[in-house]
Amino acid sequence: MSDDLYQQALLDLAKAAHGAGTLPSPDGEALRDSPLCGDRVRMQVALEGGRIRAIAHDVKGCLLCRAAASLLGLHGAGLDAAGAGALRDRVAATLAGSEPPPGWPELKLFEPVRPHRNRHGCVLLPFETLLAALDSQTRA
Amino acid sequence: MSFSAAKWRDRFPLLAAHPGLHYLDNAATGQLCEAAFDAVTHHDLTHRANVLRGTYRLAEQADAAYENARQQVATYLNAANAEEVVFTAGTTAAINLVAHAFGEGLGAGDEVMLSLAEHHSNFVPWQMLRARRGVVLRILPLAPDGRLDLARLEEHLTPRCKLVAVTHASNVTGAVTELVPIVSAAHAVGARVLVDGAQAVQHGPVDVQALGVDLYAFSGHKAFGPTGVGVLWGKAEALEQLPPFLGGGGMIGRVTPGETTFAMPPRRFEAGTPPIAQAVGLGAALDWLQAQPWADMHAHTARLAQRLLEELAVLPGLTFLGPRDLRNRLPIVSFNLDGLHPHDVCQVLDRHGVAVRGGHHCAQPLMDFFGVAGAVRASLAPYNSEADIDALLAGLKDAMRKLG
Repeated sequence: MSDDLYQQALLDLAKAAHGAGTLPSPDGEALRDSPLCGDRVRMQVALEGGRIRAIAHDVKGCLLCRAAASLLGLHGAGLDAAGAGALRDRVAATLAGSEPPPGWPELKLFEPVRPHRNRHGCVLLPFETLLAALDSQTRA
Repeated sequence: MSFSAAKWRDRFPLLAAHPGLHYLDNAATGQLCEAAFDAVTHHDLTHRANVLRGTYRLAEQADAAYENARQQVATYLNAANAEEVVFTAGTTAAINLVAHAFGEGLGAGDEVMLSLAEHHSNFVPWQMLRARRGVVLRILPLAPDGRLDLARLEEHLTPRCKLVAVTHASNVTGAVTELVPIVSAAHAVGARVLVDGAQAVQHGPVDVQALGVDLYAFSGHKAFGPTGVGVLWGKAEALEQLPPFLGGGGMIGRVTPGETTFAMPPRRFEAGTPPIAQAVGLGAALDWLQAQPWADMHAHTARLAQRLLEELAVLPGLTFLGPRDLRNRLPIVSFNLDGLHPHDVCQVLDRHGVAVRGGHHCAQPLMDFFGVAGAVRASLAPYNSEADIDALLAGLKDAMRKLG
């Protein structure tokens, strides 16, 4: 049921807003909008040896979007572009019904989103934006 | 005829089958009325054939049903004759038809005036026309309450203006546009007036002749009819001047390998097989609506909207988008709760059986005007009741507890 979407742990994750803010000199940056609801995520990354050293984000979005961004702020350091791409695909698969990837136990919080297909984009937007931020660094 | 919301609700099969559903998303789609449901079913069971092509009895029956639907639409709009009614796939298709057909005659420097309150359906086709033809778009600004700022009409309506395309009523604020001064000013500079009636027709019959507009578009599914069908009404002389948009069967006079001549309106604009059963359903819906006691129904929805406005106003952190009163306004109420995202609020409301829309409502320029990314919108129809408002208010208080 809808109520399950808003478990206390998800609310706490969203409100903790791990990684919220800006980086002084990011190596990559991207801004993405949700065409469905107008939500907006800005993601910045600082890199070291091709891997994320630090993440910062600014989210104008719903609790699901904010929780997903917070999760990236919590666990995103250490990912490289390939790992971020694989993670995005695993999150999409989790929303489609697969088990969450190992090492990201908080992704179970998004399992109740599965039947609400119009909300999948809310969860995925920060992951998509992170990929774009990493891609912007590659292009620079 | 006296009006009972409960009895009216029983004439909508989905609502009758779901007594616990509090459907308040009528600005997006109205529920299908029994009259339309029966007409579509009857047509496909008894008269299903292609139209305007066959000489056998079944095809002639299909023709008659389709043309009867055209007449029913014309009657609802008080059109001068049924040939002024073009069936389309919906409001979006109708506006795109005008943007292409009317736009064909425009060139660089010609102007089209819109308002900032338009649905994307009445923005994007004109921006695309600007890219194709180099026309200039002038955007009429809004007063602080979201109504069109008619005091600035003359400033934006120049002799270069060829078309004014405005909404009859905002799908976000419910504000009804004062069309008379717009039509008068537009005609004074020689511009046509296209009205997006997507939010208006479900709130009672429209008199296009009294409004004085040139073109009027609306969708069937918002008027308690089927999806996939809509209408572009146009004054005969306005339609006759327009070239076709889509080419294909049914819209021609004569085709040779070298060239094609085109049929007169409305068939000129109905290339291919039209949405026949859907048109029949829409005609039945409008025919049924025409006979309803609209004064009582308006009083009913206004009472509900007034109560909603009053009880929302006392919720802490609530802000409205649009007018706070009911003057010249449809029962559409959009709002935000401080710190709560519209989608999260709507999701909690769903748990209470309340169906409302949250988001930008395909009106991002209007959202930008109000300084928000989105809003929660409750849009009422005559089948709504005090119980629907009770459920909405209870659900909002629950959302504030859960999400706040």
